[in-house]
Amino acid sequence: MPKLSHRLLPILLSGSAVLSLGGCSGTGINIQAMLPSQLTTTAEVAANGNGSNHATHEYMLANGMKVIVREDHRAPVVISQIWYKVGASYEHIGITGVSHVLEHMMFKGTDKHPPGEFSRIIAENGGRENAFTGRDFTSYFQQLEASRLPIAFELEADRMRNLHLQEAEFRKERDVVIEERRLRTEDKPSALTYEKFMATAFQVNPYHNPVIGWMDDLKSLTLSDLSRWYQTWYSPNNATLVVVGDVDPEAVHSLARKYFGRIPPSTLPDQKPRTEPPQQGERRVTVLAPAEVPVLIMGYKTPVLRTVDQSWKAYALEVLANVLDGGDSARISRELVRGQAIAASAGASYDLIARHDSLLTLEGTPAQGQKIATLEKALRDQVSRLHRERISSKELARIKAQVTANKVYELDSVFYQAMQIGMLETIGLQWQEAEHYAERINAVTAEQVQQVAREFLIDDNLTVATLQPLPINGKQVKGGDHAAH
Amino acid sequence: MLPTKRLLTLTAALLISGFATASPDIHHWRTSNGARVYFVPAPQLPMVDIRVTFNAGSARDGNQPGLAMLTNGMLEEGAGKLSANAIAEHFDNLGANTGFESLRDMATASLRTLTDRELMQPAVETFALLLREPSFPKNALERVRKQMLVGLRHESQSPGTLGSKALYEALYGSHPYAGHSSGTMASVRKLSREDVIAYHRRYYVANNAIVAIVGAVDRQQAEQLAEQVMGGLPAGEGAPALPGVPGLSDSTEKHIEHPSTQTHILLGQPGMRRDDADYFPLYIGNHILGGSGLTSRISDEIREKRGLSYSAYSYFSPMAAEGPYLLSLQTKTESRDEALTVLRATLNRFISEGPSEEELIASKKNITGGFALNIDSNKDILGYISMIGFYNLPLDYLDTFITRVNQVTLAQVHDAFKRRIHPDKMVLITVGEENN
Repeated sequence: MPKLSHRLLPILLSGSAVLSLGGCSGTGINIQAMLPSQLTTTAEVAANGNGSNHATHEYMLANGMKVIVREDHRAPVVISQIWYKVGASYEHIGITGVSHVLEHMMFKGTDKHPPGEFSRIIAENGGRENAFTGRDFTSYFQQLEASRLPIAFELEADRMRNLHLQEAEFRKERDVVIEERRLRTEDKPSALTYEKFMATAFQVNPYHNPVIGWMDDLKSLTLSDLSRWYQTWYSPNNATLVVVGDVDPEAVHSLARKYFGRIPPSTLPDQKPRTEPPQQGERRVTVLAPAEVPVLIMGYKTPVLRTVDQSWKAYALEVLANVLDGGDSARISRELVRGQAIAASAGASYDLIARHDSLLTLEGTPAQGQKIATLEKALRDQVSRLHRERISSKELARIKAQVTANKVYELDSVFYQAMQIGMLETIGLQWQEAEHYAERINAVTAEQVQQVAREFLIDDNLTVATLQPLPINGKQVKGGDHAAH
Repeated sequence: MLPTKRLLTLTAALLISGFATASPDIHHWRTSNGARVYFVPAPQLPMVDIRVTFNAGSARDGNQPGLAMLTNGMLEEGAGKLSANAIAEHFDNLGANTGFESLRDMATASLRTLTDRELMQPAVETFALLLREPSFPKNALERVRKQMLVGLRHESQSPGTLGSKALYEALYGSHPYAGHSSGTMASVRKLSREDVIAYHRRYYVANNAIVAIVGAVDRQQAEQLAEQVMGGLPAGEGAPALPGVPGLSDSTEKHIEHPSTQTHILLGQPGMRRDDADYFPLYIGNHILGGSGLTSRISDEIREKRGLSYSAYSYFSPMAAEGPYLLSLQTKTESRDEALTVLRATLNRFISEGPSEEELIASKKNITGGFALNIDSNKDILGYISMIGFYNLPLDYLDTFITRVNQVTLAQVHDAFKRRIHPDKMVLITVGEENN
């Protein structure tokens, strides 16, 4: 806990939403830190792709693979990411977690390269690599000195179609993922609470299922489940290649044609809508687990940019989340953490970028001596106030200033730029959406924020989850509302 | 683009690694009151990062664990006539970001702002005020104290953190590194406003500070920024050197009972200093043993060959005094003994046999070939120059890094591990359920 802020507690809500292959400290990259966090909405801003320094180029290969290249010549490096349109939200109960286990198996050899060789070759070339699986995507990346890009392309193209799935390797890797689930979820009370929260909020929408999969599904997953998944989804016409760095776009295009262009496309299955029926009433779930600190999560069902009937509503929800939690001067920090000192930590987030309808989430941990019910009431009061009053012009101006600044700050990371492009394309929007982010936010009015609060932040759409701590090691803890001890 | 004028000094490295990595051109001077400044111009993006690092980490807590963190955490809670709300509003309205961090060796305060004058000047002015005149309001202090207490409770539900705290205690005994930056329940309850004021007065002074600046400003502007940030602080005195860390005389074991499905295993000993003579051989050796992710020996034995853990690794934390050397993994409790046996055997074999020539070459290629990635953003460069400044490393540290890696021999790695790492004198911490 190196930093004191209203986010004092690392409540890893988003930690359950994206998983990466490597958990090691060595060459590991903190992907979580680079993603548009699900707790902070201020970071989801776009790079300006029109400036000569960050020009973005888009190509389509004959086999249906999209290639997007952004020039960034600040350092002699490149990042290559391949994004597949598959992830936990494509799965069904019985095989949950298959996308993520397959992601792990993608490092276990092809007809040409034995298990582990992919990683060895990248390492010997000074590269870093990893992969991550989310609800709506599976993505693989390599970071290299810019001239070594062909090495990444050759290996990545090879494993798009020639993966050699072996039973012995699969059994070990399934065990590794089961250990990962224990580490990330079973032994982490806040993550466990988040998992049950999502499963309660969504019954039909596939966001019901955790990305890592339910334990029982993981234990009974088979090699043929993986093989079927791989055959179905890993094809050039279901992939987007994103390259950002010190490269010549035309040269990248030729390289992409050379390595990926020969791979034939496949027929992709039709997608069912899997739309959540109307909720029709508040839902509550209580999680009892050994813990010290209670947790409250409240989520209102909301459309996302991709599903919303009018796109301004999604941006108004984005502004709303920032009114509550876009910096230390936003309402939650100012009023709940500092003013009334009800929360030790609290936050709000909205999923702008997702494939299916999602949530506007409020979460927090009560301050020492405060009850979880008091925190819930305070957060509900914040929501009522958004129904009742229009946000101030000062708040709008603050959010706009932050958006303008973040637009520059984001360009400091080639990784982040690639993530943003890849994620937008993979959930079914276009990378250019990020270019318009600032202007769309700037167009949002106080009336619109009030309107979306009234339309979506209503009790009938609400799910509330609480973590009620059970004693650790027989120590007596007084229920979920325990105070200081 | 990073400046390329240093390319010539890298000729040797180029021959070996096969491509050019230009290190940033580091400017260095002192402010009028003695703070050391490290500056790298980065004109490409209209932004600047400023980080002030004070030798004011929790190693200076004395018998008041948590004091360094409380002091650091109070900087944004009030300064001059500004309240916490006014400070937060001020930075948010300018689109500026601040960050505060408290570790064992150091306490940092960071600012990122656009370089537009109308935004940068007021942001830097307020940032300077936080360092110079924090007001430590009483009610805010009580609130932050309570936040720290909740934080401590949160730590005690995490098996990884429980293990890490126990490891430091066992490794460092009466050395200042034994405590955790977040303090203890008993101590945090007792810290007073006077303690915080005294701590700030003693340690948040120019001669105890490093200023790092990276961004789209020129040398003259950078000098002004450094003066603006540090100018109001008294010159003061640098913190005294920390005592050395005695080696362990024996091996010890401690189990912490915790209701988790996995057992966390931590095996460690005091490791090395940041300016350690064995730095490069130990760094490269560990890279092979457990520091290079999936391709390292520990990960190969524990994860790839046996599927026992998601994350199995080892690392040195080089610090001002000897930071820890740690080998760690988590596994379902029924696999605990097997995993520990494999971990120990992997370490023992590495020490007795050393790495292979092939492993050494592969590691060097990975470290040197990937060096450009370490310094490809302003954020990375800021981190490096802060580190160079704080630990008094030579200004050409980045220029010579690749050469120094390439100079390390197999015999040096083997010898350094044999001399420095003692499997028979290690601390073992396990956190989990004893009888599963």
